[in-house]
Amino acid sequence: MKKTLLVVSLLVCLAAAAGAQSNPVLLNAAGATFPYPMYSKWFDVYHQQHPNIQINYQSIGSGGGIRQVLAGTVDFGASDGPMTDDQIKEFKDKRGVDILHFPTVLGADVPTYNIEGVRGELNFTQKALAGIFLGTITKWNDPLIASANPGVKLPSSEIVVVHRSDGSGTTYVWTDFLSKISEEWKSKVGKGTSVNWPVGLGGKGNEGVAGLIKQTPNSFGYVELIYAIQNTMPYGKVENASGKFVKADLAGVTAAAASTANNMPDDFRVSITNASGATVYPVSSFTWLLIPSKISDAAKRDAIKGFLQWMLNDGQNATEALAYARLPKPVIAKELKAIALVQ
Amino acid sequence: MSSTATTLEHAAPPQSGPRSLIQRLRHGDEVAHLLTLVFAALILLLTSMLVYELWVNSHLSRSKFGWMFFFTRVWDPIFDNFGAAPFIYGTLVTSIVSLVIAVPLGLAAAIFLSELAPRKISDTISFLIDLLAAVPSVIYGLLGIFVVVPLMRTEIGPHLVKWFGHVPYLSVLFKPPNYGVGFLTAGIVLAIMVVPFIISVSREVLLTVPREQREAALALGATRWESTWKVVVPWARTGIMGSVFLALARALGETMAVTMVIGNDPKIAASLFAPGYTIAAVIANEFTEATGDLYLSALIELGLVLFFITFILNGLARILIVATERGGGQPA
Repeated sequence: MKKTLLVVSLLVCLAAAAGAQSNPVLLNAAGATFPYPMYSKWFDVYHQQHPNIQINYQSIGSGGGIRQVLAGTVDFGASDGPMTDDQIKEFKDKRGVDILHFPTVLGADVPTYNIEGVRGELNFTQKALAGIFLGTITKWNDPLIASANPGVKLPSSEIVVVHRSDGSGTTYVWTDFLSKISEEWKSKVGKGTSVNWPVGLGGKGNEGVAGLIKQTPNSFGYVELIYAIQNTMPYGKVENASGKFVKADLAGVTAAAASTANNMPDDFRVSITNASGATVYPVSSFTWLLIPSKISDAAKRDAIKGFLQWMLNDGQNATEALAYARLPKPVIAKELKAIALVQ
Repeated sequence: MSSTATTLEHAAPPQSGPRSLIQRLRHGDEVAHLLTLVFAALILLLTSMLVYELWVNSHLSRSKFGWMFFFTRVWDPIFDNFGAAPFIYGTLVTSIVSLVIAVPLGLAAAIFLSELAPRKISDTISFLIDLLAAVPSVIYGLLGIFVVVPLMRTEIGPHLVKWFGHVPYLSVLFKPPNYGVGFLTAGIVLAIMVVPFIISVSREVLLTVPREQREAALALGATRWESTWKVVVPWARTGIMGSVFLALARALGETMAVTMVIGNDPKIAASLFAPGYTIAAVIANEFTEATGDLYLSALIELGLVLFFITFILNGLARILIVATERGGGQPA
């Protein structure tokens, strides 16, 4: 009798030890709102395939994501803009390890407008875009706009510029592009999730900007490509580094990433705005996951590495259904190698 | 120690005299005293903790900008230069505009409901007004975007320019360009939001004015309106003023509805058509994406500034109420 009891209890112990292998792993993550629909889909599908792994993602914004990573309150973060050198140093000082950037998908900004009497797509030169946002071009029939749009009758009315009022990765990409094409913008305004706008009204969120543009005659602003596609908003073509006017679509955005793939830095912190190449859409950007290079909890580490592996392979096939541009193949290959850096 | 009311209540049992703690506990006096004291102290604690947190976390910004924070007109997160002036200006202007619109409207409606309307109509309308007070602010923001903004651009704005565009001094307030969003639109939306508070509270206060006051005035030969305006309203003015300051507090702190219609441009402009920004709106807009320490600290200092503005205005309100009480009105 006693023997059986002993055996049973031993078995229970063994079973418990074995069970620990497939114990539920709960990962907490926070950050960017732009890739949130994609991430939430990925985390959900991955959870269905690996029922013991659950990833909670809070879309609190890129800035919040970086703050939480620095504070160590999440297992990994997400951001539309890469962390700065200072922030990486701060992380290293606080946690003693590096922070790694993993690109996941691509996004883009498009110029959108509402001009009385003008239907159809307008072409925007880089000079025109910088001028409009700096406030040096104030009328729609300015030669810098008109010369790129022969045959279009542009009114002489004032341009009402609309930008995002909330801090946003969309603004980061737009101002990053303007900084690259205009020295004046770079020195006066700079790039960031919120900037000191020389001109214009602020709308809250993509919907706020879109709403203001729809209602205000002769207005001009920028929204995320996905938002424009999902809401069938008209948007214009942008001149790229090769002087070609390109209308934003997913292929053009992926092309922008592919053109920088060969000289991609090892930490993946690269801006792909105004990349070279004839088919490149110039106002594009990566969005990143921020993952510590050393994760002491083995179960969490394996779960994160497993997810990265899956996201770069199967996961990429789900991107276009949600109107995100997929990563180009060379970038994926480089990232797969980088997963080994997570220890 | 014990007031007349309590002695009367507890004088009934024959074995009166100094009661034991148990007895007092059983009667509930001590319990009630303690409980209410704790809750009252909690408010104090909460307020001081709020100020403490805001003060400590705004340290970086306070030490870098000092008093210049109040006068600087630039808000530049990239080059780390922060000033609160446009936000303070926007907060005060939108609140003042909203009160200028809402106070006469609300007071007139309250007088009608309490003095002139039949009871049934009065009760129905007050019920609806109380419902209005519970509508979430984002709904008012949508109302602003879809109704007030287009109206402002195509109807209200052009008319204001036509009427006041040539009047000295006033023309400065109504100077185009008029985008539809701006101080005036935000003020109008805020007025719509706060008017239910003014009506609801003022009506209740007016209803508490004793019937004898009205009858006395009428007996002296006053007309219905004279008795209302010269007797009933002055009697209730402390309460009415209270409703106005409740409205002001809501207007100062409103975030969502304002950010949707004000244009979110940190500039100081005399024209009410110009786009502006308020303290609450900029905090809500930029807090989530603020990464730099100084940037975050400046946003928190803005919160501190808003707290002090509210504090000062409430203090002024108290003084005003005390002053009007001295000058007549409702006996204390």
